[in-house]
Amino acid sequence: MSESTRERVLEALDRVIDPELDEPITTLRFVSSCEVTSDGDVEVLLRLPTPQCAPNFAFLMAADARNAVRGLPGVRGVTVRLQDHYTGDQINAALGRGEGFTGAFPGETADDDLEALRELFQRKALIARQSTLCEALLAGGASVEQVTASRIADLPEQPETQRCLQLRKELGIASDPDSPAFVLPNGDPLLADQLQRWRRTARLVRTSLEANGGICRSLLQVRHERSLDTEEVAR
Amino acid sequence: MYEKNGEKYFIVDGHCHFWDASPENWVKGAEVYAKGWIECFHAYMGLGPPETHWPIEKFMKYSEEDFVKDVFEDGGVDVGIFQSTYLKEWYADGFNTAERNAAMAAKHPGKLIVNGRWDPREGEAGLKQLEEDAKRYNLQGVKLYTAEWYKGSRGWTLADEECKPFYEKCKELGIKNLHVHKGPTIWPLDKDAFDPKDVDIAATSNTELNFIIEHVGLPRIEDFCFMATQEANVYAGLSVVIGGLMFARPRFFAKVMGELLFWVGEDKMLFGSDYGIWEPKWQIDGFIDWDYPDPDHEEFSDFPRVNAATKRKILGLNAAKLYGIDVPQELRLPDESGTPGAKEDAQLVESA
Repeated sequence: MSESTRERVLEALDRVIDPELDEPITTLRFVSSCEVTSDGDVEVLLRLPTPQCAPNFAFLMAADARNAVRGLPGVRGVTVRLQDHYTGDQINAALGRGEGFTGAFPGETADDDLEALRELFQRKALIARQSTLCEALLAGGASVEQVTASRIADLPEQPETQRCLQLRKELGIASDPDSPAFVLPNGDPLLADQLQRWRRTARLVRTSLEANGGICRSLLQVRHERSLDTEEVAR
Repeated sequence: MYEKNGEKYFIVDGHCHFWDASPENWVKGAEVYAKGWIECFHAYMGLGPPETHWPIEKFMKYSEEDFVKDVFEDGGVDVGIFQSTYLKEWYADGFNTAERNAAMAAKHPGKLIVNGRWDPREGEAGLKQLEEDAKRYNLQGVKLYTAEWYKGSRGWTLADEECKPFYEKCKELGIKNLHVHKGPTIWPLDKDAFDPKDVDIAATSNTELNFIIEHVGLPRIEDFCFMATQEANVYAGLSVVIGGLMFARPRFFAKVMGELLFWVGEDKMLFGSDYGIWEPKWQIDGFIDWDYPDPDHEEFSDFPRVNAATKRKILGLNAAKLYGIDVPQELRLPDESGTPGAKEDAQLVESA
């Protein structure tokens, strides 16, 4: 029973995203341990690339992990703990009490859910994901006009598309099949005469996310496995 | 001077350190931070080639002989710029203070430039100290480290009102190069603490000063590029870009370099080894040979091309200009050749 519960817990953790990198915490290998007792008590340990990783993102990942696991069938208690982090004690204590970000840093912040921070990075992630889709269409021979005229229903069935749709839903941007496939960060459709400039900025945002993800992966490898795998992870 | 394939390059290492992070220097009660900090730096060293890795003991405190061999002899660095970083809440005598750096510089006349520092939270006393430091160390530049902890505060921004008298003081004292580093910053806690918008505000209001953004604003390269393309006085410090990506993630390195060459331009990019995180030799040697892995591939084909002049500028000539360093005639470029960065206004993510 606890084995199947553990499977469910890991699946739920696959849906917890590092907001800064827009990748699941599982594929980033931030989940260092996941234990489920026969009574259904779950303990998840998170290990970030450095002890100085930003506390706000660290909190979001830990809180999201906790929320993702709570309420799963077979799960009784949930403990999520950050390991080896500057502010780990504060964040772990707040999570243990079921409190938000202000509970972790009383007097230092009035922002309990960090939604503005999350949204800023959702917008960046949407740009980066759209960039990948757009470049693939253009490489496949589509014209500028075809790209900007395309609808969500025209996009290929693939994880990149699914992620775009999810981000659009979270950002309150229309995501029905007839909506424009490519939008500006504010949700307005991308127009043909904006495309070349948009591609430049979107590619830069994507490169930044990818490079950061690369550095995070490398640091984690160096710190915990002492060998550097130089293979790059394509997005 | 670094010589390769019969070509000679004038090298300015725009970002190097001579630090003491040994346990003897850890502040009582702050050991966890002092130890964690240097261990984190040590992990970054792991992103370079294995044969250049040091044991943690040496990494915590390397000797003057190590520095001379690695930077001057093997690295061929003509002039190194010390970026003083204090961190006195964690390291009793400071991590690498201007004083410690100046003692080293005095033994190597003409080879090392000492940059000072200031912190707006120190107010009047800080201004007075800056004046004294400027006189004592002949300061042309400062390192601004916004992640420094100070009496319960966990950081500051360049847009803080308290910074204004410091900018004025810099102008008065002839300190024109401000190297900005956000560090592993955590403040403001609930915002994106790496957002370089504060640098943009400071650079716009202080056009007489140069703002060199260390580590190209990593992890916010995109925000940095959008800013640098609009501000004539904002420069890219390449420390960590070359050291952290060129060996470990060569394809990402090529993309990041392509973006920087496009948005910032080769005239505003400065090499820095970040020694002792990484030795300069492998970085300089690899960068001289570097090109896009597949220059005609669509991923790279519309980035600016790189040539010998690009590398000469980045490895030394750009920094020599900012610091008034006299470059021997035979190591200069014949003329002002090259491709400047994009001039168009960039569309910021949140405003687009």
